[in-house]
This record gives sequence, structure tokens and C-alpha cells, in this order.
Amino acid sequence: MADKFREWLSRRRKKFVARFEKIREINRKYAKPRITMTPAVKFALLMLRIYLLLLVGLLFYKFITLIR
Amino acid sequence: MNFWARLYYRYRRYLKSMKLFATIAGPGIIVMVADNDAGGIATYAATGAKYGYGLVWFLVILGPIAYFVQEMTVRLGAVTKRGHAEAIFDAFGSFWGWFSLLDLALTDLLTLITEFIGMTAAMSIFHIPPIVTVIGVFILMGIMVLQGRYWTWEKIAMVFCLVNLIYIPCAFMVHFSVGTVLKQGIIPRFPGGFNNQIFFFLMANIGTTITPWMVFFQQSSVVDKNLQEKDIPWEQIDTAVGSVLTVLVAFFIIIVTATVLKGQDIESAAQASHALMGINKYVGAFVAIGLFDAGFLGAICISLASSWAMGEVFGWAHSLNNKVKEAPWFYLFYFSTLVIAGTVVLIPGAPLVLITLFVQVIAVTLLPAALVFLILLLNQEELMGKYKNSLFQNVATTIIVIGIIILSTLYGVSALFPNIFK
Repeated sequence: MADKFREWLSRRRKKFVARFEKIREINRKYAKPRITMTPAVKFALLMLRIYLLLLVGLLFYKFITLIR
Repeated sequence: MNFWARLYYRYRRYLKSMKLFATIAGPGIIVMVADNDAGGIATYAATGAKYGYGLVWFLVILGPIAYFVQEMTVRLGAVTKRGHAEAIFDAFGSFWGWFSLLDLALTDLLTLITEFIGMTAAMSIFHIPPIVTVIGVFILMGIMVLQGRYWTWEKIAMVFCLVNLIYIPCAFMVHFSVGTVLKQGIIPRFPGGFNNQIFFFLMANIGTTITPWMVFFQQSSVVDKNLQEKDIPWEQIDTAVGSVLTVLVAFFIIIVTATVLKGQDIESAAQASHALMGINKYVGAFVAIGLFDAGFLGAICISLASSWAMGEVFGWAHSLNNKVKEAPWFYLFYFSTLVIAGTVVLIPGAPLVLITLFVQVIAVTLLPAALVFLILLLNQEELMGKYKNSLFQNVATTIIVIGIIILSTLYGVSALFPNIFK
């Protein structure tokens, strides 16, 4: 009984993992950015990261103040 | 060659050019007119009612801004034959790719809900229940995409773009004074002085001018239409015509509400339509038709922008030239977003106001990334060749993008903290 359950669970797990195979494939395909990393590109990407962090921080702050 | 022969030659050449333009035109006009979606119409109606003709001059700035940004997507799409989502994955890697794709899907879904809010509100003026409107929209949008040709879809969409011009006769029906518009609206000034409230309205107008889905939509549209590098000049003209039309429509909406509803606090286009019904039922009805059309145009473009982006990244067949059997995932995603958005609007007590505010916040997380990536990609010589940005284009687009980012971010922040600009 336990073996059958384990087998069933294993089959399910494989199916579940297979669903994410496409995402892994995309991640592999685009693993390395193809753009030439000039100082301007690096600076722009850094600024975008900072901008997003600030926005997420603001959203988090709003969420906390709403809960309170 | 005698005079008549030369004249005939010029006429034939002109006719040929017009035919070529009619074939290539589409993505630019559609995206620009759809830019005046339900949210945009509400913003312009509120601006006119609040400040009269005083901010008409500001609209003139919005046209070139929209043109400069959208024109970049034309070149990028025609040269790389890739949509913006795929281009971001390829150039900046999977982190920025997933961020853009998922943020786009979420932003588009929320914006789609606001389009359905606009359409149901517009039709309720004619006593049509929301469920009938939603089902009618599903059927109409289904017919548009399932006929299996991009060309046909585009031409039907162009007809809806023409309907958007309904605000022009509206303005003439309210008998506005050209002299007063010129006197009060052409010279740049801030009615009542520059204060937090007027700043909020300026941000709202800018916020509706460039949205993330527009960038993704036009680039994918250029790719689906299979436009080539030689078509770029025509597509640039198409985009320029579209930017003129978008400003024209915005201008006449402001004229209508400024002439008849000045001094009233208008929060939605449906509210403006209701108020206008009491003054002139034809103008009220026209505004409601215009609002429905704006929501519909927004919905057809937004749902396609996400579906194209998903198709590009996941490798699904993703052309409107494909039949359902050939591109099942593309159409499944397209109809799923429609069904979700339409159903949300029909749920009694759904937090629609919260969703409308949330759209602004989510959109500003994606907009800077989409625009910055656009400029960076347009500067890659190995990718763009002779179509890369010139110095003038770089200076102009960088100033525009920085301005848009600052103003739309402040607009998004004002949605989070409503009292910040009051």
C-alpha cells in the first residue's frame, strides 16, 4: 500500500516538475544577457533596480500602514 | 513632357503612395487612438470640467511625446522581427524578461478590467445591463480574432478608431467658441496658478499618454503584420497620424466638458455622459458611445499585447493569421484574460475603485523598465544597424522618458497616498 502511494506520489511529482520544464528551458535559453554591457547599460540597469526597490518599499509601507 | 502628362504622372504617383500607405497603416493609428481608452477619456473629461480650456495647450505636447516613444517600437519590431517581451528576454536575460512579462500580464489584466468598467458604464446609460454588454463584447472580440487574418482584424479595429472621432461632432453640438478656446487655451499657463491639484491633473494626462501595453502592442503588431525595414518610413507616418488623432480626440473631449460642465467635479466619463444627457441628450449619447468605443479599442489592444508577449516567450504560435487549431495557447490566453476581466466587473461588490487605483501603481513599476530597455536596444548598433537611434533621437527620447518616468511615478505614488498632492 505504502509502495503504491510512493509510486503514485513520484508520478505526480514528475508531472508537476515537467510543467516547469518549459520555464527552465526559457531560463536556460536566456541565461546570458546578449546586450553589450557598456557603462551606460550597467548604470541604467542599476538605476532600474534601485527604482524598483524604492517602489516595492513604498508598496510595503502602504500595506503596513493599511493593516495598522 | 507636357504639363498634363506631368500632372497625370504626379497624380498616379500620389495615388500609388496613398494605396501603399493604406496597406501599411494600422498599428500606429490603432495604438494611438486606443491610447485614449476608457481611463484616458475620463481623465480628459475631468480636466476640461475642472480647468475649462486652460490646459488645452498641454495636449499639444502629448502628441510628440507619444510619437517619439512609439516610433522606436516600429524600428525595433521591423528590424529585429521580435516583440518587446522577446527582445527584453534576449537582450537583458531572464530576470528582466520574467519581470517585464509577468508585470505586463498583471498590468494588462487590471487595465482590461477598467476597460470593461468603462464599457458597462457607457452602455448602462442606454439601459443595457452589464452582463449583456460583457457578453456582447466577448462575441464581438471573438469574431474579430477568430476570422484568422491579421489584416481583417486590423481593418475592423480601424473602423472602431473612426468611431472614436465621435467627440468632434459632440464639440460642435455644444457650440464652443473658437475665439475663447484660442484666447484661453493656446498660450501655456496654469489656471489658478501652479498648485498641487493642477500638478495632479498634468500627471494624470501624461500618465494616460504612454502606458506599458502600448510599447508591447505596437512592436508585436509590427511583427505580426510582417512589416519590413523598407516599410519603416510608412509606419512612422502611420504613427504620426495616430498621434495627431489621439491629440485631436483628447482636445475635443476637453472642449465638450469645458464648454458645458465647467466647474463640476467629474470623476468618470460615464458621469460626464450622465450630466450631458440632462443638457443635450444627443451629446450625452455620443459621449457614451465614444466611451464604449474607447473601452473596446483599449480592450482589443491590451488583451492582444499580453497574448502576443506570452506567445513570443513561450514559443507558442502567436499570430492573428493562425487559426485556433494552429495557435491554441495563444487564443486560450487571449480569451482567458477577457473572461477574467469581464467576470470581475460582473461580481457584485467587486473592489473596482481599488482596482482602478492599483492599475496606476502597477503600471509605474513596468513603464520605466519598458522605456529604458527600448532606448538601450535602439542604441545597439549590431542589432539595429543603420536604424539605431541618432544623437537627436537619443537626446529627445531620453528627456521624454525621464520626464514620463518622473511624472507617472508621482502619479502612481499619488494613487497610493491620495493626499500627497492635495
